[in-house]
Amino acid sequence: MSFEATISAFARALADPHAPPAGDARRFAVYRNNVAVGLIRNLEARFPVTRRLVGDDFFRGMAGAFVAREKPRTPVMIHYGAGFPAFVRGFTPAAELPYLPDVAALEDAWAEAYHAAEAEPLPAAALAEVASERLEGLRFAFHPAARLIEFATPAASLWAAHQSEGEPAAPELWAPEAALVARPQADVQVRRLPEGGFAFAAALRDGATLGEAAAPLIAAGGDPGAHLVGLIQAGAVAALL
Amino acid sequence: MSRPPAALPPRAGVGFKPEHFEAILAGPAGVGFFEVHAENYMGAGGPPHRRLGALRELYPLSLHGVGLSIGGPRPLDREHLQRLAALRRRYEPGLFSEHLAWSSHDVGYLSDLLPLPLTSETLRVVCDHIDETQCAVGRMLLENPSTYLSFDESEIPETEFLAEIVRRTGCGLLLDVNNVEVQAGNHGFSPEAYLDSFPLRAVEEIHLAGYADAEAGLRIDAHDSPVRPRVWSLYASVIARIGARPTLIEWDNDVPDWPTLSAEAAKADAEAARVF
Repeated sequence: MSFEATISAFARALADPHAPPAGDARRFAVYRNNVAVGLIRNLEARFPVTRRLVGDDFFRGMAGAFVAREKPRTPVMIHYGAGFPAFVRGFTPAAELPYLPDVAALEDAWAEAYHAAEAEPLPAAALAEVASERLEGLRFAFHPAARLIEFATPAASLWAAHQSEGEPAAPELWAPEAALVARPQADVQVRRLPEGGFAFAAALRDGATLGEAAAPLIAAGGDPGAHLVGLIQAGAVAALL
Repeated sequence: MSRPPAALPPRAGVGFKPEHFEAILAGPAGVGFFEVHAENYMGAGGPPHRRLGALRELYPLSLHGVGLSIGGPRPLDREHLQRLAALRRRYEPGLFSEHLAWSSHDVGYLSDLLPLPLTSETLRVVCDHIDETQCAVGRMLLENPSTYLSFDESEIPETEFLAEIVRRTGCGLLLDVNNVEVQAGNHGFSPEAYLDSFPLRAVEEIHLAGYADAEAGLRIDAHDSPVRPRVWSLYASVIARIGARPTLIEWDNDVPDWPTLSAEAAKADAEAARVF
């Protein structure tokens, strides 16, 4: 067999758990196990709360089904698992846990924020230096680590309740939530956004002026100033444009 | 602050684990260098780079790649070569090493060091890949593998294969003594005879680790336990022949606390002191 044919057969047999082994079954099983365990271990590290919510065995089964279907596309494993939240959403045995894919999405955002590029966050005082007539036309460059994420479940509260050891408290209110994930310096921080905060922040992130982003908030009786200061204090903004 | 020189001293070092960062900074750590897996530092920023930058201000560094797939038939990933080159420029490691193994193919990246047949065809492909890597990233060391199966079509003994790679490409070798012991068990050969035929003159770094005993008598290169006594004695026999080399304790799974890990490194230094 040519080199290409040998390695192609080996790779195909590794990728498909139902394919016959390439070579001695007992020895080939070591490689099959190494590949699956290595990839699953990566997901365990990236999704610790998701794992805690369902237990080790269930998580291993779910992660195993994912790694059988989706291999990393590059050797840079710190991005592997970006497709896992969507996989969890479609994973039938977890269908009764609607918060599970939301928590997984939050953990994925956390991991991406952790590895995102460095940038100085905008100092809170910067806003005070802007002339009031210019405020409405301001646009903002978001910090490279900042991620906004919206849930149909109280996933941010669930996630927060699982950050310490011991019995986690149930969320006070079972309602949709939104979160800001930011890493202004070394540490990743997750904050629940107040009512209307997601739409406001997402509009700013996507290039709206402050006036454009604030209009729906004002119409609903909200205070865009408080929202904006909150975003800047959380380190979500890198610069005024 | 000025960085310590890039060159690794002929002493023991350890694989850097973030959980040891505080203990290391509280130092002196008592080790000669740290080694990191290159792929763990290929994010844009964040705590990994902050820690590695701080570590590099205090210690020499060895950059160890685990994902280049030098031993596969497919062309090397150019973007990955560029990522490696960027890390090398940024952190100025004293050594850069990769494996005689493959890890990527059509199905994607398999996150394991996989075996290849040793033939004149694969020798040519591997040498081309090493030439390309050394052009893009700089001079490298190639590590001898630990494998669980062999291929019927293999026609060149592994030590001869490695010697020929050194001759053709000018790369150096990273001798993983634990891999020798793992392979000796898995393929039923004498580790002493393997080392007798190994191109020891080309060895510029040594790896030591613990292996696991699997069912069916296979030895697994698990990096999850102390170095075995047999591996220590093979190590002593190697450095008695070639002198002390930068020697890494690889302990990547079930990572122990810092005192345990640094004590294992101290054992390697003591072994070298005993031999000379």
